[in-house]
Amino acid sequence: MSSEQIIFYILSFWFIASSLAMIFARNAAKAVLFLVLGFFSAASIWILLEAEFLAITLILVYVGAVMVLFLFVIKMLNIDKSTMRAKFAEYLPLGLIVALIIIAEMILVLGSAQFGLEVMPSPARHGADYSNITVLAMQLYTTYVYPFELAAVILLIAIIAAITLVHKKETTHKKQNVSEQVNVRAKDRVRLVSIVSPTKEEK
Amino acid sequence: MVSLSDYLILSSIIFCIGLAGIFINRTNIITLLMCVELILVAVNTNFIAFSHFLGNEAGQIFVFFILTVAAAEVAIGLAILTLLFRVRGSIDVDVTNSLKG
Repeated sequence: MSSEQIIFYILSFWFIASSLAMIFARNAAKAVLFLVLGFFSAASIWILLEAEFLAITLILVYVGAVMVLFLFVIKMLNIDKSTMRAKFAEYLPLGLIVALIIIAEMILVLGSAQFGLEVMPSPARHGADYSNITVLAMQLYTTYVYPFELAAVILLIAIIAAITLVHKKETTHKKQNVSEQVNVRAKDRVRLVSIVSPTKEEK
Repeated sequence: MVSLSDYLILSSIIFCIGLAGIFINRTNIITLLMCVELILVAVNTNFIAFSHFLGNEAGQIFVFFILTVAAAEVAIGLAILTLLFRVRGSIDVDVTNSLKG
């Protein structure tokens, strides 16, 4: 067994174990931490596949931003733990049956007869002067430049949508409107009314 | 050497764990979102494995875009979740049945 295989099986074990721990965790915050461990294992497997840039992106964007966002939301919302696990046992057999059937089918289809080393040999490792980021950037800014711009637009839409959804209208305090104050005229504020004072007989 | 089928079987196992998580944790929306993330990472591993073994960088570009869209999806999903909690006082799936779907 080569060292590459040993590393692959160790990383796969941690990936699968942390994913299982994630879906069976009783506490949502613990589930997030298990998912972080799973993402680290996934990033290591991607480095094994020579996708260094995406592995770093997975850790920076997912672990650094998205998972921290999950933790923020979990800490902000007061989740009732008793209601979380109410229907746990009810759907457990169905979920396990469906998952096991899909795994069996996938292993039949994706086994070594179809995608093994004889059919698809492992490519030669790149040298030390190979830069994954350069190769990706050459593709991204030439062939895929239009989808790249679209991705930027999608992120902008996500920012606007998230802020619009969560933003509260401020009703707790009053603000001064400076332009209104500057443009005010005397006739807007003071109204002169001529009142005839009543005589003694009318009173 | 690790063959392509090893990577594919690993990612299919992770995919099924995420799917089973959606079945099991049907009441908690936060865990549902995390299971969707797990499924996306499994699919991305598939893309990267094929990209490595076929010597074509297009798979890695696709993973880049999937990561972008998934980040946007999580941001909007958590915003909706916060809004739901503010309106209903709970994030149970069973409470949010006003559409009667």
